[in-house]
Amino acid sequence: MWDYSDKVKDHFFSPRNAGAVADANAVGDVGSLSCGDALRLSLKVDPQSQVIKDAGFQTFGCGSAIASSSALTEIIKGMTLDQALTVTNQDIADFLDGLPPEKMHCSVMGREALQAAVANYRGEVWKDDHAEGAMVCKCFAVDAVLIEETIRANGLSSVEEVTNYTKAGGGCSACHEGVEEILTRVCKDQGRAFNATASAPAPAVRPKLGTLARIRRIEGAIEAIRPNLQRDRGDVELVEVDGKTVYVNMTGACAGCQMASVTIEGIQQRIIEDLGEFVRVLPAAAMRARA
Amino acid sequence: MTDGIYLDNNATTMVSPEVVQAMLPYFTEQFGNPSSLHQYGNRVGQAIKQARQQVQALLGAEHDSEIIFTSCGTESDSTAILSALKAQPERKEIITTVVEHPAILALCEQLEKEGYKIHRLKVNGKGRLDMQEYMDLLSERVALVTVMWANNESGTLFPVEEMADLARSAGVMFHTDAVQAVGKIPIDLKDTSIDMLSLSGHKLHAPKGIGVLYLRRNTRFRPLLRGGHQERGRRAGTENSASIVALGKACELALQHMDTEKRTVRQLRDRLEQGILAAVPHCFVTGDVTNRLPNTCNIAFEYIEGESILLLLNKLGIAASSGSACTSGSLEPSHVMRAMGIPYTAAHGTVRFSFSRYNTMEEVETVIRAVPPIVAQLRKLSPYWGENGPITDPELAFAPAYA
Repeated sequence: MWDYSDKVKDHFFSPRNAGAVADANAVGDVGSLSCGDALRLSLKVDPQSQVIKDAGFQTFGCGSAIASSSALTEIIKGMTLDQALTVTNQDIADFLDGLPPEKMHCSVMGREALQAAVANYRGEVWKDDHAEGAMVCKCFAVDAVLIEETIRANGLSSVEEVTNYTKAGGGCSACHEGVEEILTRVCKDQGRAFNATASAPAPAVRPKLGTLARIRRIEGAIEAIRPNLQRDRGDVELVEVDGKTVYVNMTGACAGCQMASVTIEGIQQRIIEDLGEFVRVLPAAAMRARA
Repeated sequence: MTDGIYLDNNATTMVSPEVVQAMLPYFTEQFGNPSSLHQYGNRVGQAIKQARQQVQALLGAEHDSEIIFTSCGTESDSTAILSALKAQPERKEIITTVVEHPAILALCEQLEKEGYKIHRLKVNGKGRLDMQEYMDLLSERVALVTVMWANNESGTLFPVEEMADLARSAGVMFHTDAVQAVGKIPIDLKDTSIDMLSLSGHKLHAPKGIGVLYLRRNTRFRPLLRGGHQERGRRAGTENSASIVALGKACELALQHMDTEKRTVRQLRDRLEQGILAAVPHCFVTGDVTNRLPNTCNIAFEYIEGESILLLLNKLGIAASSGSACTSGSLEPSHVMRAMGIPYTAAHGTVRFSFSRYNTMEEVETVIRAVPPIVAQLRKLSPYWGENGPITDPELAFAPAYA
């Protein structure tokens, strides 16, 4: 089940300010029918000071909806209406030591109830301006409606772009199939093509080296290693480059050293790294044997 | 057992102690690969053969070779559906129902995107199908009918035997997802026209990770997993021998206890239902009350939300489940409750109590005492509830600005 914090559990099992305030002069009703939550917030506001004297909630909803409602009333009691309006849904979630991403909408509902109640007190009509869709990205709590609107507004055409704009898909990547589906649909609507490959890292394109540049690069790699060999009284010289094969002569103490083949492997590794392509380094004796 | 009260047996069941005993040796001394020729393999091969016969007996299958062991109910479902499509590429339609398990529905949705036509039979307020609608859809364009035997949420039974007969007379293959039915009601497949059936071990006191696809002899079939010759090449992959042995034992026990399910378990369920309905106002049983599994009871508590009920029950050590949106992490309440036309304010407050033969009447009485105060406590918080009952005209008196 959900990983609710102790604070959430506390506010669910022992909700504060449950029930309607007796002589309330501000009431806010909000809800999300499909998601099954609905909340009525009732406030008693002092007309002189605009301070919220009392707050009560009635909630039809899950554990975190009830806990968020309870937290909201605790936060706003004693605030002026203007102060209360600065409370964000994140404040409610923080007050509860966090909510699971799928449950963040419970805190959003709390904030909306507050806005609705203040509008009700001031004789204004509050209009909910956010639609909520099915949760797509659970890592960053991004829903389908937000993703679709962002794709539409910005003409996005790849999963990577969606991640850059909304964060959706930036975590575990399990939702990429869902994001691709939305992309395909919206792009089709807008007569564009969904770009499936844009999200994959582009294959590194390396400029092809000319023969001379290639040999210089190989010489450079050998020069870099030479001091290590000379420290052991050995040395190496480049004999020939034949396609993917590099022939070297091990000299000094390296000649006949039992570790020569290991040394050659080290040289090969260094050349491969510098060259960015696979080559084979062999002792020059092998070239003579092949000829 | 722990000191809790476990009434969520449609989600999963306790592994029977006898089943654990039976499977343990297959983790230790009986480690052989059943495909091996030597004694290590041979002994395991014999045990799997016995398990296959135990499953065959519970299902009333004609041949033990009709039993294919899989990893779970979902794999069995996917195998059945994809096999029917692959074996009959000229047929591009599937008939199913709106209340199937996601193991069926999600795959069908995907197939729809790939161009197949999916017919989803609707249900009425009691969760029953319209047979006329079904018959009208049967045609030579249909590759497969897949209909669950018993609904996991309401326990409602579908007339799958009759539907299979109809499918056969129309020349259409028939599959049933019977994970909730197997072990709870008597099944005798050889006397039916059912071509394929899925079952899941962990729903009948075997461990998780083992399932079966029953495949009637001579049914055209294409494997989901190809590879070795295991399961006669119809499901490749080294056998999960310990779990297969466990499932065999669990099936043997289920057959022995079929009467217990029918009588004792039903009594527990009926007592709980009657006790709660008598003590709690404004609640009702969902589904087809006169035609459902003996172990399942789904009650909608109006004006309150299911997750809240579950959390408070859990605090008292009582485990149940809910069709509320919030318990699943989706925004929609149970598709099963929605399909039956249950209003949102009730659909969100559905709680499923599902029993097994390990429950007792004492537990039932404890739950009957626990539920009414929980419901009352939550209703006190509900904007749809007044002093002593639902507010009059709830739609008008509380009409929140909906997102």
